[in-house]
Amino acid sequence: MSEFEPSILCFACNWCSYAAADIAGTSRIQYPPNVRLLRVMCSGMVDAEYVLKSLEAGFDGVMVAGCHIGDCHYISGNIKAQEMVTRLKKLLHILGLEDERLMLKWIATSEGPIFAETIKEYVEQLKKLGPSPFRKELVT
Amino acid sequence: MSLEDIIQETKTFYCLDCGKCTGLCPVSRYNPAYSPRVMLENALFGFQDDLTYNHDLFSCLTCYACSSKCPGDVDYPLFIQKARALALDAGQHGDCAHSGTVQSLARLMSNPGVSQNRLEWLSDGLRISTQSDTMFFVGCAPYFEHIFDFDSGAIDAVKASLKILNHCGIEPVVLPNERCCGHDMLWTGDVETFRRLAEHNAAIIKEAGVKKIIFSCPEGYRTFKEDYPKYVDINCELQHISEFLADRIAENGLDFSEVKRKVTYHDPCRLGRHLGIYEQPRKVIAALPGIELVEMEHNKEESLCCGTSAFVNCDSCSKQIRVDRLLEAKATGADTLITSCPKCQIHFRCAMTNKGEEKGPDVEIEVMDLVNLVANALGDGHNE
Repeated sequence: MSEFEPSILCFACNWCSYAAADIAGTSRIQYPPNVRLLRVMCSGMVDAEYVLKSLEAGFDGVMVAGCHIGDCHYISGNIKAQEMVTRLKKLLHILGLEDERLMLKWIATSEGPIFAETIKEYVEQLKKLGPSPFRKELVT
Repeated sequence: MSLEDIIQETKTFYCLDCGKCTGLCPVSRYNPAYSPRVMLENALFGFQDDLTYNHDLFSCLTCYACSSKCPGDVDYPLFIQKARALALDAGQHGDCAHSGTVQSLARLMSNPGVSQNRLEWLSDGLRISTQSDTMFFVGCAPYFEHIFDFDSGAIDAVKASLKILNHCGIEPVVLPNERCCGHDMLWTGDVETFRRLAEHNAAIIKEAGVKKIIFSCPEGYRTFKEDYPKYVDINCELQHISEFLADRIAENGLDFSEVKRKVTYHDPCRLGRHLGIYEQPRKVIAALPGIELVEMEHNKEESLCCGTSAFVNCDSCSKQIRVDRLLEAKATGADTLITSCPKCQIHFRCAMTNKGEEKGPDVEIEVMDLVNLVANALGDGHNE
């Protein structure tokens, strides 16, 4: 049997993290192809339901990436995202999911290498954890 | 199930077109476009699309106010439940409140691979066992604690229920891997998820070998009592905690300390019109020394719904229903609104967190679950 390849959905904010992913791409920094990027205008618009729907769809890990605190294009969207993630992690814990299944990370526009590194580390973490109980083989 | 089957099962063809349902409907009062009578008429004329593509199909509160007075005995809420399944097949669904978190969690819980950590709230010397004949069904309360940005009070009611059971010498079985009862799934038309949840719950209850299940949530109670038998076998005696308490008080009386409160009781639709339990909670309240119970203008069979059900189509209309109910409670002069449904509590508390600039009428009143009221009066060193 081939090695387990986790699938990750990353909600990346338009102003920082998505741009960081672009920088990683144009700088030709390699990172695993396990991640699907979904551009959102702000990490603050990522509702708890988006994360739950992603898990329902079979993703092994969900990442919310936004600007560093204080850098938000909309002043405090990332603080909202932080609050959402804190609360949602408690729900996911009751549901029996490991803490790592949901990750919150601040990545600034210039931090392309950090973006690539974060994805690499996250894939390794999820490989150790194994597949999510909601994983569907259709999602690759 | 086709539309014809639904009409047969809910006896829609007995509709006299009298419009009593629409006259009584709490939703129609604020949303004149919504009419149960017209819904039924559309079904009888065979206009299936007018039914399934009607957004208001999901506005019904399934509170049974209509059917309780229907001269033709048409089961309108059941009709709505089945019609929603049809609508779901056609790709239609209601607007889920709280972005659909509650529904998503129920769907995730229906996955057999889930192993939950749902008993971490157990503390304060609450005793449970694995050997008892009696089980306590916790339901979704551990999740409710973290879904809302206000205190839902649901888990406190569960703790209070356990305190009461412990006080009565019962150390109930509380299963670490029970799932959502599926009530919201069934009433929003997702029958497949409901069936999976029901099968799972039936299997673990059978394995636990209990003979009696006690509920503090009327939705779980109704679902186990009325809906589970259509899908699974639960050979257990089922009891709501208010029934349990009323029996205990009638048998040997419980020692209560004095409660200096003036309270009013809100009948949850599931416990009241769905299952006909009106007297037991009132008996329990009356047994508390020093308490004064006053009734709202609409009470018992005429009780108003709290405004939202199954966390679907929560809009300005359901907000208005909640505000009206809270004003009715305040008009009695009571200082506490007692109910015995965690969801009624959530909806009332939600209505009280009006964040808008225009605050509207003052609807602040203390909302409390019946079991909290009783547990506080029981002493045991757990006083408020």
